[in-house]
Amino acid sequence: MWKTILRRVILMIPQIIILSLFIFLLAKMMPGDPFTGLITPNTSPSQIAKLRQEAGLNNPWYVQYVSWVGRAFHGDFGMSYAMQRPVTEIIGERAVNTLYLAILSVIITYVIAIPFGVWAGRYEGTWIDTSIQFYNFISMSTPSFVVYLLAIAAFGFGLKWFPTSGSVSVSASGFFGIIASRIYHIILPSILIGILTNASTVQYLRSGIVDNKLEDYVKTARSKGVPERVVFNRHILRNSLLPIAAFFGNVITGLLGGAIFAETIFSYPGMGKLFIDSVNGRDYSVMTALVLLYGILTLLGNLLSDIIMSIVDPRIRID
Amino acid sequence: MDTSDELLLDIQHLHTAFRVHDHFYDAVDDISLTLHKNEILALVGESGSGKSTLATSIIGLHNPRNTKVTGDIMYNELNLVGLNEALFNRIRGNDIGMIFQDPLSALNPLMRIGEQIAESLVYHTKLNEKEREARVLQLLEQVGIPDPPLTAHQYPHELSGGMRQRVMIAIAIACKPPIIIADEPTTALDVTIQAQILDLLEDIQKEIGSGILLITHDLGVVAETADTVAVMYSGQIVEQGSVYQVFEHPLHPYTRSLLRSMPQADSDDEELHVIQGTVPSLVNMQRTGDRFAPRIPWMPASSHEEHPVLHEVEPGHLVRCTCYKTFYFPDEKEAAAAGAPQNANEGE
Amino acid sequence: MSLIEIKDLNIHYPIRSGFFNRITDYVYAVDGINFDIEEGETYGLIGESGSGKSTTGKAIVGLEKVTSGQILYNGQDVTNRHERKKIKYNKDVQMIFQDSMSSLNPRKRIEDIIAEPIRNFESMTDTEERDRVKELLDIVGMPSDSIYKYPHEFSGGQRQRIGVARAVATHPKLIVADEPVSALDLSVQAQVLNFMKQIQKEFNISYLFISHDLGVVKHMCRNLAIMHRGRLVEVGTREDIYNNPQHIYTKRLLAAIPKVNPSGREADKAHRREVEREFQDHQDKWYDKDGKVFPLQQITATHSVALPPDEVTQIKSEVG
Ligand SMILES: Nc1ncnc2c1ncn2[C@@H]1O[C@H](COP(=O)(O)OP(=O)(O)OP(=O)(O)O)[C@@H](O)[C@H]1O
Ligand SMILES: Nc1ncnc2c1ncn2[C@@H]1O[C@H](COP(=O)(O)OP(=O)(O)OP(=O)(O)O)[C@@H](O)[C@H]1O
Ligand SMILES: [Mg+2]
Ligand SMILES: [Mg+2]
Repeated sequence: MWKTILRRVILMIPQIIILSLFIFLLAKMMPGDPFTGLITPNTSPSQIAKLRQEAGLNNPWYVQYVSWVGRAFHGDFGMSYAMQRPVTEIIGERAVNTLYLAILSVIITYVIAIPFGVWAGRYEGTWIDTSIQFYNFISMSTPSFVVYLLAIAAFGFGLKWFPTSGSVSVSASGFFGIIASRIYHIILPSILIGILTNASTVQYLRSGIVDNKLEDYVKTARSKGVPERVVFNRHILRNSLLPIAAFFGNVITGLLGGAIFAETIFSYPGMGKLFIDSVNGRDYSVMTALVLLYGILTLLGNLLSDIIMSIVDPRIRID
Repeated sequence: MDTSDELLLDIQHLHTAFRVHDHFYDAVDDISLTLHKNEILALVGESGSGKSTLATSIIGLHNPRNTKVTGDIMYNELNLVGLNEALFNRIRGNDIGMIFQDPLSALNPLMRIGEQIAESLVYHTKLNEKEREARVLQLLEQVGIPDPPLTAHQYPHELSGGMRQRVMIAIAIACKPPIIIADEPTTALDVTIQAQILDLLEDIQKEIGSGILLITHDLGVVAETADTVAVMYSGQIVEQGSVYQVFEHPLHPYTRSLLRSMPQADSDDEELHVIQGTVPSLVNMQRTGDRFAPRIPWMPASSHEEHPVLHEVEPGHLVRCTCYKTFYFPDEKEAAAAGAPQNANEGE
Repeated sequence: MSLIEIKDLNIHYPIRSGFFNRITDYVYAVDGINFDIEEGETYGLIGESGSGKSTTGKAIVGLEKVTSGQILYNGQDVTNRHERKKIKYNKDVQMIFQDSMSSLNPRKRIEDIIAEPIRNFESMTDTEERDRVKELLDIVGMPSDSIYKYPHEFSGGQRQRIGVARAVATHPKLIVADEPVSALDLSVQAQVLNFMKQIQKEFNISYLFISHDLGVVKHMCRNLAIMHRGRLVEVGTREDIYNNPQHIYTKRLLAAIPKVNPSGREADKAHRREVEREFQDHQDKWYDKDGKVFPLQQITATHSVALPPDEVTQIKSEVG
């Protein structure tokens, strides 16, 4: 299996190269550059031109690409023009924030989705199923940012139960104090993410259960005299969790990319917000680094899903 | 089989109805049957005649939300119809073992073979884990698996069709149940494997003395393995008797038509006999008069009983409706005109 | 010259493994077989599951890539696609599949299903086409209003007949019938088999009839071949195979057919067990050291058997 994983990783290299080229050219084609924003009536065009020359922006595109890739390979994505700090450093900081948010939202998502999916599937066609389906329908059709805005207005600014921005309060001190402050900052957004993004998981699980209930091997289990509760847990549920497990790799990497709306609205300094900021500020070095990262994360997510699948499903072998 | 063998199952006036568009329709319509120790009772009939429905009723696996089972299925003074689930779970697997048609879909793809066999031991025996393991290996050996320790650790997809069906049999006999229900156990297999599986079933029966309810639509399989035969059509038994009675003196038009449509009968270039019309669906089934009458339209209405019942023409040989007395195939017109009903009442 | 001649047909599927996913071995699904099908005859191909019957059938209709060997149609090489196209081979050779449900597109109406091969090979006006479809439905004994229905509205036997109607739509010379009745009940099976014979007489069609049911094959075929592990173990007329089987595998296959004769069953069973024992105990005699079937040896004008080299002379003298 390790060999196969290694081979898959090696096969990613050409994919990543193509992706990086694509990203680079796309960024080049965007109107404006980091210096456009600096132009004020007081800056002379020659000054800007000089800055551009120094940044290598006048070189042919392939020279720029090669030097960008060469540096990126060493973890150097250049400086953020907007923040005047190394891109790698900024992303590193933001990634930690996003990681906290991601972990808590994933936990909340599954804590809600799994019981809901199980109930809906198990009591298919009853009022329980109908209510869960209704909830799913609502959560899928409501634009998430509306909910975030309402929640922040009510619980943040109104009731003042939760902070309305940032990832940790400046006054927090001590290891546990900082952790507690961090969790306090992510509780509201992660609950909201959990509530709003579990629909697909609930549906997968529900339809898995509904289908598996009718499978012959479930009949076999019953014909052995296995009690109904065990039939459900050991045979129906376990088989229905397969697609969820397989999807997990993509869910994780998806969330690592950052929850764009939630982070922006809660002014939470994570990757999602960073991305929006970089787009708004035409901070190309940050933006290209992020898009490349997202691309790699997606590839890794697929690989992770395949690996999980081969572990939980004996029929699938990746060797 | 010896008729003096102990009675295992006594089914009386069983009806099993499915709900379709808020109406209940009998898929099994007033069936009475008995199964004895050491007996292989074959249930034959075309697709949709209600064979699986009957089997599922015996082992109590119908979904009560859309199925209604009435009548009696007596097992050891216990009526299995309406039995509570907890009690039934002690009988399923322990007293009744079940083998399904498609061994791939009947095995859980995510569980090792060993675990799946051991599962019924968990609920019906006091064996500890070690003992269960030993018993699993012994069972795999008994059903002719060449390398039991290896197979116990494999998953269903790693086995061939014949091996999977052996595993199913191992599951069914794990607790040496007095009753085994085999629903088309060889339909998904090719002839050589089928022969092996049928031999295995017979060997096992000799060893543990079970009564087997063998469901199939292959008349050859019935003739080779069964002691007694019940022919089903549209939810009813139309003919019943010992395998010799039914195959050597078939009486009911349906049995005779089926035998005639087999290509094996040494005729070669002749046309095969075709039964007119099709098996009616559950909802469209005619429920009065002789249900087979529409498929032998050349027989006059007067030849059928108004309410066909089973007639005992010989001890143990039952035939539904009186139309068998005058029945003839269209190409046998002359014989019928001479007033000599084929095969009927030749006695023995 | 026969209608179809199969010459040393090989179809091997690669097995890939290792770090570079290189081909490390092959599945010898079809491993050097020869047979001919005459015009208007039904040729039987029998064997257990996995013996390579379907692969052979698919190769003949051009659905499977041939590794090596030749397929001749009226003496013309049709092994590769280019040649098939030139002589409209795909119009002349059609296939009926085992599973009628999955081989008929559930979203298409019967009219479109049956008309598909016509549209591929003939140019007809809409009314001509509809008349042709109705005629075909009539041939297979289905009411003409079936054209507006979908496959799921029919029973298994009816769907199989629709499959037959589609296969005969282009007036083919050869139909490869891959287990056409295996999934059907007795009475429906009888219907389809009778019907196949009837259109054969009417249109002088040849069949390659693939099956593992020796009873059905006996009823349908004058000449047949027994296949095992990708090779032919015995080839001959119906009489050769059923009355005078020579290879242990053929004997075993014949012994396994359950007979509708309860009084002879103990004897049948004893015979079957005896053959099975011989098959198990003497495998090494009947197969070469790699477990492969020996090359066919002709023992009479019509009968060939894959005998171990030293058996040939003996059997020849017995038979001849
Ligand atoms: N759950 C169900 N709901 C409604 N109708 C059903 C159900 N199960 C079976 N039926 C119908 O009951 C009749 C008998 O079905 P059953 O499966 O017992 O037939 P069978 O004799 O086992 O046929 P086969 O040879 O195809 O297995 C058929 O008409 C079938 O369509
Ligand atoms: N696409 C494929 N790739 C690899 N192996 C294949 C492929 N198709 C078939 N095989 C293998 O080739 C062999 C012959 O298969 P084939 O389908 O021809 O058998 P068959 O005689 O038609 O069996 P059945 O009675 O089960 O239909 C089998 O071992 C099968 O696993
Ligand atoms: Mg059934
Ligand atoms: Mg095949």
